[in-house]
Amino acid sequence: MTKPFKAAVLLFPGSNRERDVARALARAGAEVEIVWHDSERLPEGTDLAVLPGGFSYGDYLRCGAIAARARVMQAVGEHAARGGLVLGICNGFQILCEAGLLPGALMRNTKLKFICRMQTLRVETNRTRFARGYAEGQVVTYAIAHGEGAYMAAPEEVAALETSGRVAFRYCDASGGLNDAANPNGSLNHIAGVYNAGFNVLGLMPHPENLIDALTGGVDGRPMFEGLAAA
Amino acid sequence: MKTRVVVTLKPSVLDPQGKAIEGALKSLGLEGFASVRQGKVFDIELEGVEGEAAEALLRTACEKLLANTIVENFAVQHD
Repeated sequence: MTKPFKAAVLLFPGSNRERDVARALARAGAEVEIVWHDSERLPEGTDLAVLPGGFSYGDYLRCGAIAARARVMQAVGEHAARGGLVLGICNGFQILCEAGLLPGALMRNTKLKFICRMQTLRVETNRTRFARGYAEGQVVTYAIAHGEGAYMAAPEEVAALETSGRVAFRYCDASGGLNDAANPNGSLNHIAGVYNAGFNVLGLMPHPENLIDALTGGVDGRPMFEGLAAA
Repeated sequence: MKTRVVVTLKPSVLDPQGKAIEGALKSLGLEGFASVRQGKVFDIELEGVEGEAAEALLRTACEKLLANTIVENFAVQHD
């Protein structure tokens, strides 16, 4: 019998989407444990560490800045360095950038509004554990809910992301087109999510965990969790 | 020892908040505002550390936490 896929969902003070992502993973067949930010290590056999959405530490100082220095983040860094999977959603993406596990920074939306709605995204690559359930170039609908989601990085960093194919998702219109109207927060190059150099760490602003049931708006998020949890 | 750390956005980084403040100042009819950039000020009291060591300590604090050096610059002020 194969070992079940094991996910650790990290909980920081002010996280609020940990149960949603835990539910999405459990429905995909994963064994899920919620892990407090003060833990020194991840549970034995953890395959995936998840940093959920929310407002860790009330977004004090900068979004994700304080959580990025939490004790458990040392263990997350070591897990990532070993090639372990790490997924950061929304505030989790901000934390991964602040922790230096992903390049760049998430800044205030250029139109200064907190945006909460459905958003179409283009899957830029499917050659990763996270996106293998999608087709390359597929347009999916996820939810977005953030005030600081404008992705920014130094020009040479953005160029490196582009040439190495590490842009995971881009904000797009319903047919996959990139234009200003389809860029909700002013992100550079429409970037909605990025991978690290090893493609084992993914951070994205949109919420795939919202879209796992037709009853609540759609199922476009399911392939991500199924792709992760499947052997 | 009383010290102050000032964190500002790098000039290349967009500052929509500063822009909004600039617009509000202009809408008050105040003239002469060419641009506004918003930053942060930290007033920090140090104990048992002075001079160059204080400077070094504050710089470390900025690099490790107070500033995100990808998008922000910092300046340290002390007596």
